[in-house]
Amino acid sequence: MECGRHLNIEIITQARVTAIKGQEGNFTLTVRQSPGYVHADKCIACGRCSEVCPAGVPDEHDFFLSERKAIHIGYAQAVPLTYAIDHSACLRLNGQAKCRRCRQACPAGAIDFSQAEHTLRIQAGAVILAAGFVPFDPSGHAPWGYGTLANVITSPEMERLLSSCGPTRGHLQRPSDGQPVRSLAFLLCVGSRAQHGPGHAYCSSVCCMSSIKEAVLAKESSPSTEVTIYYSDLRTHGKGFERYFQHARDRHGIRFVRCRPHGVEAAPGDRIRIRTLSESGRQREDTVDMAVLSVGMVLPDESLALARTAAIQMGQERFAATSSFQPLRSSRRGIFVCGAFSGPRDISHAIEQGSAAAASAAELLHQARFSSWKRTVFPPQRPVDSTLRIGVFLCHCGGNIAENIDMDALARRTERMEQVTLVKQLLFGCSQDSRKEIIAEIERLGLNRVVIAACSPRSHEELFRTTLREAGLNGHLLEMANLRHQVAWVHGHDRQAATRKAADLVRMATAALRDRFPVRGEKIPVKPSALVIGGGVAGMTAALNLAGQGFSVELVEKSDRLGGNALNLNRTWNGEQVPPFVRRLTEQVNDHPGITVHLSSEVISVSGRIGQFSTTIRDRKNHRRIIGHGVTLLCTGGRRALPTEYGYAKLPQVVTALEFDALHIYGDIRVNRGTTFVFLQCVGSRDENHNYCSRVCCTHSVQSAIALKEENPERRVYILYREMRTYALRERLYHKALELGVIFINHDRFGKPQVNGHGEQVQVEVWDHVLNRPLRIIADMVILASGILPGADAADLSSLLRVTVDEDGFFQEAHPKLRPVDLPGEGLFVAGLAHGPKPLEESVCQALAAAGRAGAILARGEIQLSMLKAVVNESACDGCGLCLEACPYQAIHPVTIPGQEETRLVRVEETRCTGCGICQGSCPKKGIDVNDFTHAQLLAQIDAALEESEVRQP
Amino acid sequence: MKRSETAKGRIAIIGGGIAGIQAALDLADGGFFVHLLEKNTVIGGHMARLAKTFPANDCSM
Repeated sequence: MECGRHLNIEIITQARVTAIKGQEGNFTLTVRQSPGYVHADKCIACGRCSEVCPAGVPDEHDFFLSERKAIHIGYAQAVPLTYAIDHSACLRLNGQAKCRRCRQACPAGAIDFSQAEHTLRIQAGAVILAAGFVPFDPSGHAPWGYGTLANVITSPEMERLLSSCGPTRGHLQRPSDGQPVRSLAFLLCVGSRAQHGPGHAYCSSVCCMSSIKEAVLAKESSPSTEVTIYYSDLRTHGKGFERYFQHARDRHGIRFVRCRPHGVEAAPGDRIRIRTLSESGRQREDTVDMAVLSVGMVLPDESLALARTAAIQMGQERFAATSSFQPLRSSRRGIFVCGAFSGPRDISHAIEQGSAAAASAAELLHQARFSSWKRTVFPPQRPVDSTLRIGVFLCHCGGNIAENIDMDALARRTERMEQVTLVKQLLFGCSQDSRKEIIAEIERLGLNRVVIAACSPRSHEELFRTTLREAGLNGHLLEMANLRHQVAWVHGHDRQAATRKAADLVRMATAALRDRFPVRGEKIPVKPSALVIGGGVAGMTAALNLAGQGFSVELVEKSDRLGGNALNLNRTWNGEQVPPFVRRLTEQVNDHPGITVHLSSEVISVSGRIGQFSTTIRDRKNHRRIIGHGVTLLCTGGRRALPTEYGYAKLPQVVTALEFDALHIYGDIRVNRGTTFVFLQCVGSRDENHNYCSRVCCTHSVQSAIALKEENPERRVYILYREMRTYALRERLYHKALELGVIFINHDRFGKPQVNGHGEQVQVEVWDHVLNRPLRIIADMVILASGILPGADAADLSSLLRVTVDEDGFFQEAHPKLRPVDLPGEGLFVAGLAHGPKPLEESVCQALAAAGRAGAILARGEIQLSMLKAVVNESACDGCGLCLEACPYQAIHPVTIPGQEETRLVRVEETRCTGCGICQGSCPKKGIDVNDFTHAQLLAQIDAALEESEVRQP
Repeated sequence: MKRSETAKGRIAIIGGGIAGIQAALDLADGGFFVHLLEKNTVIGGHMARLAKTFPANDCSM
């Protein structure tokens, strides 16, 4: 949505790129744009055209589970919010009839049947390919029954069934007859990890988690439904995923069955019979009401066509070819790739890749920054007096709010409230057309205060403030009433009471506006330099990108050399050599004139805020240095977990994976002469003390096992694992290991293996899950896949920087899906192992993403401070100073007024004040207030809340 | 000369899903003009179709 109103983003829809000519710095794209037969500048998205359109076609947005008209809009909150006619479905355009009902119905005169396909030429210095994926289509493939059995659907279709905007409004119903679903099955890996038969060999990486999420949503929607997930390996390797899985299993009672499904058949009553084969070869049959096929990601043919147009190389599995060290770079200079176009990945990783691609393009073109950029100009703010003319806009949020609140009754009550000039209902208040409507009403009626009764100010306050500014009103003349979270979502059972409470909230909002006047926020300059804490691969990558974008960088590393954990790595999963990469990176960092490296140094204090940080570092000789910087990047890495079990440090044959790598490279006799090797997975991961997956260890062990087998096929190599998490394209390695005869034994269900000394060798005892009997392996070496721990100084840094760490000790990002590299404090970013366990190329990508986000702030040169500040009420303040101690930002200082030395007062330093309000709470004299939350306003709201309830009492 | 100066301050992004949108926002916030090319009539890609997202089961809009 932010995209739709950005002045510097031109969205060109229905576009197909037919040529990309030129080179880095100067490309020309030829784009064919199909007509939508609707003028975007005229369409007001009222939907009357769609109401009268006689041509119904299946709706692709709902994966054809519902119907739409030939003239349609993608979805309710679509960007751009413009209707378009589907050429093939329109009766007039495909020559079936002389229909022109939509044109007659359109009040804006926006429909134009004469539009034709046309060609655009676009000049660009860089090109980013983010062409995305399509879900795998299981139609017609045995054994899934998709397309022949009505109650077998795919996971994307399930998303639509669970969506409150979907074809069933979020009610879980069987597609065949609309009956409730009493039992539901999810079948994982449909089309993914397929060595033979339809589909692809790679793992799609997201389906395990998305199925668990769908299962939880299904349970929430219908708690009595029995939900079973049939899986082969549960790949919950992402941050926080393990806990989500446990929550699904333990709290929601979702059943997880490890097996291979081999039959999905019709059963009486339109039910589905699922035949599975367990690992021990046991047949099993279950009958359910509905089955969901968890389908993977594939690149559509048009993506391959785009790759040909762009003349870039694709990799083995049809995804764009990249290297682990340059994960955004395509084979053609100046063209970057991101998202699922270069490999299956989830939302947060796609977002990281988007930011990282932006960082790469910005580095390439930084000298031309602002050359084509347009500035936002708001109309001058009109003066506002204390005569209130309040406009109240009641948002239906589609059905989210309107389904549980009587909106017409609410509107009637609101009209009776004092000083309310206008009450208007909006279907989606946040949509572009509604915001245009709000602006028009402000201008038409001279409204000078606005209430938006919709959702949480957290989601849309900024948006509506901008709307007010566009209408020439100060953004502070707005108050939001949260009808969605505080009423509709919690009081769905009692419509009358919900409507009363909604009216209370709206009245409180109008009361809060009585004492509200324009506030102007301060602009603070941004120092164009970055502090990067941590000199591992993530820190160095971020530093180089930011320096390459033209900013100065201070890189602080606590050890005496750069490189971090990557110094212990040998190869990436893809076989690329790590040491030369780290050497090259280190040289580039040391040679770059824009980067100052501080080795053996640590951060001891931090002050200031975005744009104006001041950080003190100390080196080993106790020399202190103060660094001023605009943004901070935390790339402090993680630690290797040292095992405390399986005879580690007692038996010389038991080593960690990284120790084994070193011995292997060195040609140690234990490796060279060894004939039997046992890899033991999840050592210090996914246990009672470390409730997370370390993400890299499965791949690492499989890779080492392959190397051992390739050196000598006679060797016996075992991998004792719990879930094999060779996610995404890494699955290739797992297949290869199986082909080479590596033996995989699952030790999850029957307890941990036992490792004991056995002369010169070690004895490993494990329960064989296939043969269903104990197995004794006499091994030359046991390699423990030890996990990744958070950095030793993470806790200290988190308190210095006032950011939080998660339950496992890694830095907690601002939003796990949508803001994966931002920390909750403004101007603070995180990348690499400091954020959570991950392989090298993901650290590189995350570092670039953090640099991209940070670079955008540094480039702007100034930050508009939030207008939420503490303000001293000089007539009430007696300078007692209680607030000085209460303020966590040291933003309040005592002052005296010249000439009146006996009068003591305090003053607020605006660049430090975050408007947290602690001072206001601490003041016994009502001498300090935060804008928009003053004592007077809060009291007015409380009075307004009580007013009506007194009336209601008998 | 003039022509290529113009090109350098502009970036073309092909694909208006979540990755393309994020790249567009970061670049546009950082001083570049972005042409965001999308094959469908709306941007948003697959994410606009998701009912809710992990971990808080937030609405994906």
